[in-house]
Amino acid sequence: MSDHLLTYVLRQGDRALVLAQRLLEAITHAPEIEEDMALSNLALDLIGQARALYSYAGEIEGAGHDEDHFAYTRDPHEFLNPLLVERPNGDFAHLIVRQFLHDAWALPYWSSMQHSTDATLAALAGKAVKETTYHLRHSRSWVVRLGDGTDESHERAQAALDALWPYTGELFDADGVEDALVADGVIHPPADTLHEAWRGTVANALEEATLTMPDDGVMQRGGRVGRHTEAFSYLIGELQVVARAHPGATW
Amino acid sequence: MAVAGAELEELVRDIEDPELPHVTIGDLGIVRSVTVDGPTATVLLTPTYTGCPATEQISDDVTAIVRAAGYEPDVRMVMSPAWSTDWITERGHERLRAAGIAPPPPAPEPGTVPVDLPVACPRCGSRRTRLISQFGATACKASYVCSACTEPFEFFKAL
Repeated sequence: MSDHLLTYVLRQGDRALVLAQRLLEAITHAPEIEEDMALSNLALDLIGQARALYSYAGEIEGAGHDEDHFAYTRDPHEFLNPLLVERPNGDFAHLIVRQFLHDAWALPYWSSMQHSTDATLAALAGKAVKETTYHLRHSRSWVVRLGDGTDESHERAQAALDALWPYTGELFDADGVEDALVADGVIHPPADTLHEAWRGTVANALEEATLTMPDDGVMQRGGRVGRHTEAFSYLIGELQVVARAHPGATW
Repeated sequence: MAVAGAELEELVRDIEDPELPHVTIGDLGIVRSVTVDGPTATVLLTPTYTGCPATEQISDDVTAIVRAAGYEPDVRMVMSPAWSTDWITERGHERLRAAGIAPPPPAPEPGTVPVDLPVACPRCGSRRTRLISQFGATACKASYVCSACTEPFEFFKAL
Protein backbone atom coordinates (compact mmCIF):
# COMPACT_ATOMS: atom_id res chain seq x y z
CA MET A 1 0.00 0.00 0.00
CA SER A 2 2.61 2.56 1.00
CA ASP A 3 4.77 1.53 -2.00
CA HIS A 4 1.81 2.19 -4.26
CA LEU A 5 1.08 5.51 -2.57
CA LEU A 6 4.71 6.59 -2.92
CA THR A 7 4.76 5.76 -6.64
CA TYR A 8 1.47 7.53 -7.14
CA VAL A 9 2.51 10.69 -5.31
CA LEU A 10 5.78 10.80 -7.28
CA ARG A 11 3.88 10.43 -10.57
CA GLN A 12 1.80 13.47 -9.67
CA GLY A 13 4.73 15.48 -8.31
CA ASP A 14 6.82 14.72 -11.42
CA ARG A 15 3.96 15.71 -13.70
CA ALA A 16 3.71 19.11 -12.00
CA LEU A 17 7.48 19.74 -11.82
CA VAL A 18 8.26 18.74 -15.41
CA LEU A 19 5.44 20.85 -16.83
CA ALA A 20 6.63 23.79 -14.72
CA GLN A 21 10.17 23.36 -16.05
CA ARG A 22 8.89 23.45 -19.65
CA LEU A 23 6.94 26.64 -18.93
CA LEU A 24 9.99 28.26 -17.35
CA GLU A 25 12.02 27.54 -20.50
CA ALA A 26 9.54 29.70 -22.43
CA ILE A 27 9.77 32.78 -20.23
CA THR A 28 11.00 35.79 -22.25
CA HIS A 29 9.90 33.93 -25.41
CA ALA A 30 6.14 34.46 -25.03
CA PRO A 31 4.34 36.61 -27.62
CA GLU A 32 3.78 39.45 -25.12
CA ILE A 33 5.16 40.42 -21.72
CA GLU A 34 1.85 39.75 -19.97
CA GLU A 35 2.10 36.18 -21.22
CA ASP A 36 5.60 35.84 -19.79
CA MET A 37 4.10 36.79 -16.43
CA ALA A 38 1.19 34.41 -16.87
CA LEU A 39 3.48 31.48 -17.76
CA SER A 40 5.68 32.16 -14.74
CA ASN A 41 2.62 32.22 -12.49
CA LEU A 42 1.33 28.95 -13.92
CA ALA A 43 4.77 27.44 -13.35
CA LEU A 44 4.92 28.78 -9.80
CA ASP A 45 1.60 27.15 -8.89
CA LEU A 46 2.79 23.86 -10.40
CA ILE A 47 6.08 24.04 -8.50
CA GLY A 48 4.13 24.69 -5.31
CA GLN A 49 2.04 21.60 -5.97
CA ALA A 50 5.15 19.57 -6.79
CA ARG A 51 6.86 20.67 -3.57
CA ALA A 52 3.86 19.64 -1.47
CA LEU A 53 3.73 16.26 -3.24
CA TYR A 54 7.48 15.64 -2.89
CA SER A 55 7.41 16.54 0.80
CA TYR A 56 4.60 14.05 1.22
CA ALA A 57 6.56 11.45 -0.77
CA GLY A 58 9.43 11.94 1.70
CA GLU A 59 7.08 11.28 4.61
CA ILE A 60 5.66 8.14 3.01
CA GLU A 61 9.10 6.82 2.12
CA GLY A 62 10.36 7.47 5.66
CA ALA A 63 14.03 7.60 4.65
CA GLY A 64 14.57 11.22 5.61
CA HIS A 65 14.47 12.58 2.03
CA ASP A 66 13.22 16.12 1.46
CA GLU A 67 11.59 17.66 -1.61
CA ASP A 68 14.96 18.62 -3.14
CA HIS A 69 16.06 15.00 -3.09
CA PHE A 70 13.22 14.01 -5.41
CA ALA A 71 13.67 16.98 -7.75
CA TYR A 72 17.44 17.14 -7.98
CA THR A 73 19.02 13.77 -7.36
CA ARG A 74 16.98 11.28 -9.35
CA ASP A 75 18.02 10.21 -12.83
CA PRO A 76 15.67 10.67 -15.80
CA HIS A 77 14.42 7.06 -15.75
CA GLU A 78 13.32 7.52 -12.14
CA PHE A 79 10.87 10.28 -13.08
CA LEU A 80 7.30 9.08 -13.51
CA ASN A 81 5.48 11.90 -15.31
CA PRO A 82 3.22 11.29 -18.31
CA LEU A 83 4.98 11.98 -21.63
CA LEU A 84 2.63 14.85 -22.54
CA VAL A 85 4.17 17.30 -20.07
CA GLU A 86 7.75 16.68 -21.25
CA ARG A 87 7.04 17.38 -24.93
CA PRO A 88 9.25 20.27 -26.10
CA ASN A 89 7.70 23.73 -26.26
CA GLY A 90 7.99 24.15 -30.03
CA ASP A 91 6.06 27.25 -31.10
CA PHE A 92 3.63 29.05 -28.79
CA ALA A 93 0.71 27.03 -30.19
CA HIS A 94 2.40 23.80 -29.06
CA LEU A 95 3.08 25.21 -25.61
CA ILE A 96 -0.46 26.46 -25.05
CA VAL A 97 -2.22 23.42 -26.55
CA ARG A 98 -0.12 21.17 -24.33
CA GLN A 99 -1.09 23.30 -21.34
CA PHE A 100 -4.76 23.20 -22.28
CA LEU A 101 -4.82 19.42 -22.76
CA HIS A 102 -3.18 19.11 -19.33
CA ASP A 103 -5.39 21.67 -17.55
CA ALA A 104 -8.59 20.14 -18.95
CA TRP A 105 -7.44 16.95 -17.19
CA ALA A 106 -6.13 18.65 -14.03
CA LEU A 107 -9.30 20.54 -13.10
CA PRO A 108 -11.66 17.53 -12.83
CA TYR A 109 -8.76 15.55 -11.36
CA TRP A 110 -8.12 17.92 -8.44
CA SER A 111 -11.80 18.60 -8.06
CA SER A 112 -12.51 14.93 -7.39
CA MET A 113 -9.34 14.44 -5.30
CA GLN A 114 -10.86 16.77 -2.70
CA HIS A 115 -12.86 13.68 -1.69
CA SER A 116 -9.80 11.46 -1.32
CA THR A 117 -9.61 9.39 1.87
CA ASP A 118 -5.97 10.54 2.10
CA ALA A 119 -6.12 13.74 4.18
CA THR A 120 -2.88 15.21 2.78
CA LEU A 121 -3.92 14.74 -0.85
CA ALA A 122 -7.43 16.02 -0.14
CA ALA A 123 -6.04 19.19 1.49
CA LEU A 124 -3.67 19.81 -1.41
CA ALA A 125 -6.53 19.23 -3.85
CA GLY A 126 -8.52 21.96 -2.10
CA LYS A 127 -5.76 24.45 -2.96
CA ALA A 128 -4.91 23.07 -6.38
CA VAL A 129 -8.47 23.07 -7.67
CA LYS A 130 -8.68 26.83 -7.13
CA GLU A 131 -5.37 27.47 -8.89
CA THR A 132 -6.17 25.11 -11.76
CA THR A 133 -9.48 26.86 -12.42
CA TYR A 134 -7.50 29.95 -13.44
CA HIS A 135 -4.97 27.89 -15.41
CA LEU A 136 -7.65 26.24 -17.52
CA ARG A 137 -9.42 29.51 -18.07
CA HIS A 138 -6.17 30.99 -19.36
CA SER A 139 -5.03 28.14 -21.61
CA ARG A 140 -8.53 27.60 -22.99
CA SER A 141 -8.89 31.27 -23.93
CA TRP A 142 -5.60 31.07 -25.88
CA VAL A 143 -6.69 27.91 -27.72
CA VAL A 144 -9.82 29.74 -28.85
CA ARG A 145 -7.86 32.87 -29.84
CA LEU A 146 -5.34 30.87 -31.86
CA GLY A 147 -7.81 28.44 -33.42
CA ASP A 148 -10.35 31.09 -34.35
CA GLY A 149 -7.69 33.70 -35.17
CA THR A 150 -5.76 34.11 -38.41
CA ASP A 151 -5.14 31.37 -41.00
CA GLU A 152 -1.60 31.08 -39.71
CA SER A 153 -2.56 30.76 -36.03
CA HIS A 154 -5.32 28.29 -36.92
CA GLU A 155 -2.92 26.09 -38.87
CA ARG A 156 -0.33 26.13 -36.11
CA ALA A 157 -2.90 25.36 -33.41
CA GLN A 158 -4.27 22.44 -35.44
CA ALA A 159 -0.74 21.15 -36.09
CA ALA A 160 0.02 21.33 -32.37
CA LEU A 161 -3.18 19.50 -31.51
CA ASP A 162 -2.44 16.75 -34.04
CA ALA A 163 1.13 16.38 -32.78
CA LEU A 164 0.21 16.26 -29.08
CA TRP A 165 -2.93 14.15 -29.29
CA PRO A 166 -1.09 10.79 -29.19
CA TYR A 167 0.26 11.77 -25.77
CA THR A 168 -3.14 12.34 -24.16
CA GLY A 169 -4.09 8.69 -23.68
CA GLU A 170 -1.48 8.15 -21.01
CA LEU A 171 -3.14 10.73 -18.73
CA PHE A 172 -5.91 8.21 -18.14
CA ASP A 173 -3.84 5.06 -17.77
CA ALA A 174 -4.17 3.03 -14.62
CA ASP A 175 -2.00 0.12 -13.58
CA GLY A 176 -1.74 -1.85 -10.35
CA VAL A 177 -0.71 1.30 -8.50
CA GLU A 178 -3.86 3.26 -9.34
CA ASP A 179 -6.16 0.24 -9.10
CA ALA A 180 -5.14 -0.41 -5.50
CA LEU A 181 -5.57 3.25 -4.55
CA VAL A 182 -8.98 3.55 -6.22
CA ALA A 183 -10.09 0.54 -4.18
CA ASP A 184 -8.94 2.28 -1.00
CA GLY A 185 -10.70 5.52 -1.89
CA VAL A 186 -7.40 7.43 -2.15
CA ILE A 187 -8.06 8.17 -5.83
CA HIS A 188 -11.35 9.65 -6.97
CA PRO A 189 -12.75 9.08 -9.48
CA PRO A 190 -11.71 6.06 -11.56
CA ALA A 191 -9.93 7.08 -14.76
CA ASP A 192 -12.88 6.52 -17.12
CA THR A 193 -15.04 9.17 -15.41
CA LEU A 194 -12.12 11.58 -15.66
CA HIS A 195 -11.72 10.81 -19.36
CA GLU A 196 -15.35 11.70 -19.99
CA ALA A 197 -15.02 15.04 -18.18
CA TRP A 198 -11.79 15.83 -20.06
CA ARG A 199 -13.24 14.94 -23.44
CA GLY A 200 -16.25 17.18 -22.81
CA THR A 201 -14.07 20.18 -21.90
CA VAL A 202 -11.77 19.62 -24.87
CA ALA A 203 -14.59 19.08 -27.41
CA ASN A 204 -16.35 22.24 -26.25
CA ALA A 205 -13.22 24.41 -26.54
CA LEU A 206 -12.17 22.95 -29.91
CA GLU A 207 -15.58 23.65 -31.36
CA GLU A 208 -15.38 27.28 -30.28
CA ALA A 209 -11.82 27.42 -31.62
CA THR A 210 -12.94 25.93 -35.00
CA LEU A 211 -10.33 23.20 -34.53
CA THR A 212 -10.83 19.54 -35.39
CA MET A 213 -10.48 16.93 -32.69
CA PRO A 214 -7.97 14.34 -33.92
CA ASP A 215 -8.92 10.65 -34.07
CA ASP A 216 -7.62 8.49 -31.26
CA GLY A 217 -4.90 6.49 -33.00
CA VAL A 218 -1.95 4.75 -31.40
CA MET A 219 -1.25 6.41 -28.06
CA GLN A 220 2.32 6.98 -26.84
CA ARG A 221 2.97 5.90 -23.29
CA GLY A 222 5.82 5.01 -20.95
CA GLY A 223 6.63 8.09 -18.87
CA ARG A 224 4.66 6.82 -15.91
CA VAL A 225 6.97 3.82 -15.65
CA GLY A 226 10.15 5.77 -16.35
CA ARG A 227 10.46 5.36 -20.15
CA HIS A 228 10.83 8.85 -21.53
CA THR A 229 11.22 10.61 -24.89
CA GLU A 230 14.60 11.76 -26.10
CA ALA A 231 14.00 15.38 -25.16
CA PHE A 232 13.54 14.48 -21.51
CA SER A 233 17.13 13.93 -20.41
CA TYR A 234 18.03 17.43 -21.63
CA LEU A 235 15.22 18.89 -19.55
CA ILE A 236 16.39 17.04 -16.44
CA GLY A 237 20.01 17.98 -17.19
CA GLU A 238 19.13 21.67 -17.13
CA LEU A 239 16.87 21.31 -14.10
CA GLN A 240 19.56 19.59 -12.03
CA VAL A 241 22.81 21.15 -13.25
CA VAL A 242 23.33 23.54 -10.33
CA ALA A 243 22.31 21.03 -7.68
CA ARG A 244 24.63 18.41 -9.22
CA ALA A 245 27.58 20.80 -9.56
CA HIS A 246 27.22 22.13 -6.01
CA PRO A 247 25.61 19.40 -3.91
CA GLY A 248 24.00 20.71 -0.74
CA ALA A 249 24.77 24.36 -1.58
CA THR A 250 22.76 27.00 0.27
CA TRP A 251 22.54 30.75 -0.15
CA MET B 1 10.05 38.73 30.01
CA ALA B 2 7.60 37.34 27.47
CA VAL B 3 4.66 39.43 26.33
CA ALA B 4 1.12 38.19 27.05
CA GLY B 5 -0.56 35.82 24.61
CA ALA B 6 -3.10 38.36 23.36
CA GLU B 7 -0.36 40.89 22.75
CA LEU B 8 1.70 38.30 20.87
CA GLU B 9 -1.25 37.53 18.62
CA GLU B 10 -1.55 41.21 17.79
CA LEU B 11 2.19 41.43 17.01
CA VAL B 12 1.90 38.44 14.66
CA ARG B 13 -1.21 39.75 12.90
CA ASP B 14 0.48 43.13 12.39
CA ILE B 15 3.34 41.68 10.31
CA GLU B 16 3.25 43.17 6.82
CA ASP B 17 2.95 40.94 3.79
CA PRO B 18 6.29 41.00 1.92
CA GLU B 19 4.64 41.44 -1.48
CA LEU B 20 1.66 43.60 -0.55
CA PRO B 21 3.07 46.58 1.32
CA HIS B 22 0.79 48.08 4.00
CA VAL B 23 -1.39 44.98 4.16
CA THR B 24 -0.80 42.86 7.26
CA ILE B 25 -0.95 39.09 7.36
CA GLY B 26 -3.83 39.51 9.82
CA ASP B 27 -5.69 41.58 7.21
CA LEU B 28 -5.09 38.84 4.64
CA GLY B 29 -6.59 36.21 6.91
CA ILE B 30 -3.65 33.83 6.73
CA VAL B 31 -3.06 33.70 10.51
CA ARG B 32 -5.20 30.77 11.68
CA SER B 33 -4.32 30.86 15.35
CA VAL B 34 -1.72 31.93 17.91
CA THR B 35 -1.62 29.81 21.05
CA VAL B 36 0.75 30.03 23.97
CA ASP B 37 1.62 26.96 26.03
CA GLY B 38 4.25 27.68 28.63
CA PRO B 39 7.48 28.76 26.92
CA THR B 40 6.22 27.79 23.42
CA ALA B 41 4.02 29.81 21.08
CA THR B 42 2.37 27.90 18.24
CA VAL B 43 1.32 29.87 15.18
CA LEU B 44 -0.77 28.23 12.47
CA LEU B 45 -0.55 29.89 9.06
CA THR B 46 -2.22 29.02 5.80
CA PRO B 47 -0.54 29.61 2.43
CA THR B 48 -2.43 31.71 -0.11
CA TYR B 49 -1.18 29.81 -3.18
CA THR B 50 0.79 26.56 -2.98
CA GLY B 51 3.66 28.15 -4.88
CA CYS B 52 3.54 31.60 -3.28
CA PRO B 53 7.18 32.59 -2.70
CA ALA B 54 6.14 34.98 0.07
CA THR B 55 5.07 32.05 2.26
CA GLU B 56 8.59 31.29 3.48
CA GLN B 57 9.34 34.94 4.11
CA ILE B 58 6.17 35.25 6.17
CA SER B 59 7.04 32.14 8.12
CA ASP B 60 10.52 33.54 8.86
CA ASP B 61 9.04 36.91 9.92
CA VAL B 62 6.60 35.20 12.29
CA THR B 63 9.39 33.07 13.76
CA ALA B 64 11.50 36.17 14.41
CA ILE B 65 8.64 38.10 16.05
CA VAL B 66 7.68 35.20 18.29
CA ARG B 67 11.26 34.71 19.38
CA ALA B 68 11.72 38.45 20.03
CA ALA B 69 8.57 38.36 22.17
CA GLY B 70 10.22 35.78 24.40
CA TYR B 71 8.72 32.50 23.19
CA GLU B 72 10.05 29.40 21.51
CA PRO B 73 8.41 29.56 18.06
CA ASP B 74 6.51 26.63 16.56
CA VAL B 75 5.28 27.93 13.20
CA ARG B 76 3.26 25.51 11.08
CA MET B 77 1.52 25.64 7.72
CA VAL B 78 -1.95 24.19 7.47
CA MET B 79 -3.43 23.51 4.04
CA SER B 80 -7.01 22.64 4.89
CA PRO B 81 -9.43 24.32 4.69
CA ALA B 82 -7.89 26.11 1.72
CA TRP B 83 -7.36 29.86 2.06
CA SER B 84 -9.99 32.03 0.41
CA THR B 85 -9.92 35.72 -0.50
CA ASP B 86 -13.17 35.90 1.48
CA TRP B 87 -10.97 35.81 4.59
CA ILE B 88 -9.41 39.19 3.77
CA THR B 89 -10.78 41.68 6.30
CA GLU B 90 -12.65 44.87 5.47
CA ARG B 91 -9.59 46.84 6.61
CA GLY B 92 -7.52 44.66 4.26
CA HIS B 93 -9.80 45.67 1.38
CA GLU B 94 -9.36 49.35 2.24
CA ARG B 95 -5.59 49.01 2.45
CA LEU B 96 -5.40 47.15 -0.85
CA ARG B 97 -7.43 49.88 -2.50
CA ALA B 98 -5.19 52.56 -0.97
CA ALA B 99 -2.16 50.71 -2.41
CA GLY B 100 -3.73 50.84 -5.90
CA ILE B 101 -4.89 47.23 -5.94
CA ALA B 102 -8.58 46.50 -6.57
CA PRO B 103 -9.82 44.16 -3.78
CA PRO B 104 -11.38 40.80 -4.65
CA PRO B 105 -15.12 40.17 -5.07
CA PRO B 106 -16.67 37.23 -3.16
CA ALA B 107 -14.97 33.92 -4.01
CA PRO B 108 -16.64 31.63 -6.58
CA GLU B 109 -17.74 28.11 -5.74
CA PRO B 110 -14.75 25.75 -6.15
CA GLY B 111 -14.23 24.65 -9.73
CA THR B 112 -16.42 27.36 -11.20
CA VAL B 113 -15.58 30.76 -12.64
CA PRO B 114 -18.27 33.41 -12.34
CA VAL B 115 -19.27 35.81 -15.12
CA ASP B 116 -16.89 38.77 -15.00
CA LEU B 117 -18.43 41.86 -13.48
CA PRO B 118 -16.61 45.09 -14.24
CA VAL B 119 -13.84 45.74 -11.73
CA ALA B 120 -13.79 49.25 -10.21
CA CYS B 121 -10.59 51.24 -10.73
CA PRO B 122 -8.93 51.69 -7.30
CA ARG B 123 -7.77 55.19 -8.31
CA CYS B 124 -10.84 56.88 -9.84
CA GLY B 125 -13.60 54.39 -9.03
CA SER B 126 -14.75 54.03 -12.66
CA ARG B 127 -16.01 50.63 -13.76
CA ARG B 128 -14.92 51.25 -17.35
CA THR B 129 -11.95 48.94 -16.95
CA ARG B 130 -10.62 45.99 -18.92
CA LEU B 131 -8.58 42.89 -18.29
CA ILE B 132 -5.04 42.94 -19.70
CA SER B 133 -3.90 39.61 -18.33
CA GLN B 134 -5.32 36.96 -16.02
CA PHE B 135 -1.98 36.95 -14.16
CA GLY B 136 -0.16 39.96 -12.72
CA ALA B 137 3.14 40.47 -10.92
CA THR B 138 2.09 37.75 -8.46
CA ALA B 139 -0.16 34.72 -8.90
CA CYS B 140 -2.86 36.29 -6.71
CA LYS B 141 -3.37 39.32 -8.95
CA ALA B 142 -4.57 40.04 -12.50
CA SER B 143 -3.57 43.08 -14.59
CA TYR B 144 -6.22 45.65 -15.57
CA VAL B 145 -6.30 49.06 -17.14
CA CYS B 146 -8.85 51.82 -16.48
CA SER B 147 -10.40 53.36 -19.61
CA ALA B 148 -11.55 56.46 -17.68
CA CYS B 149 -8.30 57.58 -16.03
CA THR B 150 -6.08 55.39 -18.32
CA GLU B 151 -4.08 54.09 -15.35
CA PRO B 152 -3.04 50.44 -15.25
CA PHE B 153 -3.77 48.69 -11.96
CA GLU B 154 -3.79 45.28 -10.34
CA PHE B 155 -6.82 43.30 -9.26
CA PHE B 156 -6.76 40.76 -6.43
CA LYS B 157 -8.44 37.70 -7.94
CA ALA B 158 -11.20 35.94 -6.02
CA LEU B 159 -9.99 32.55 -4.88
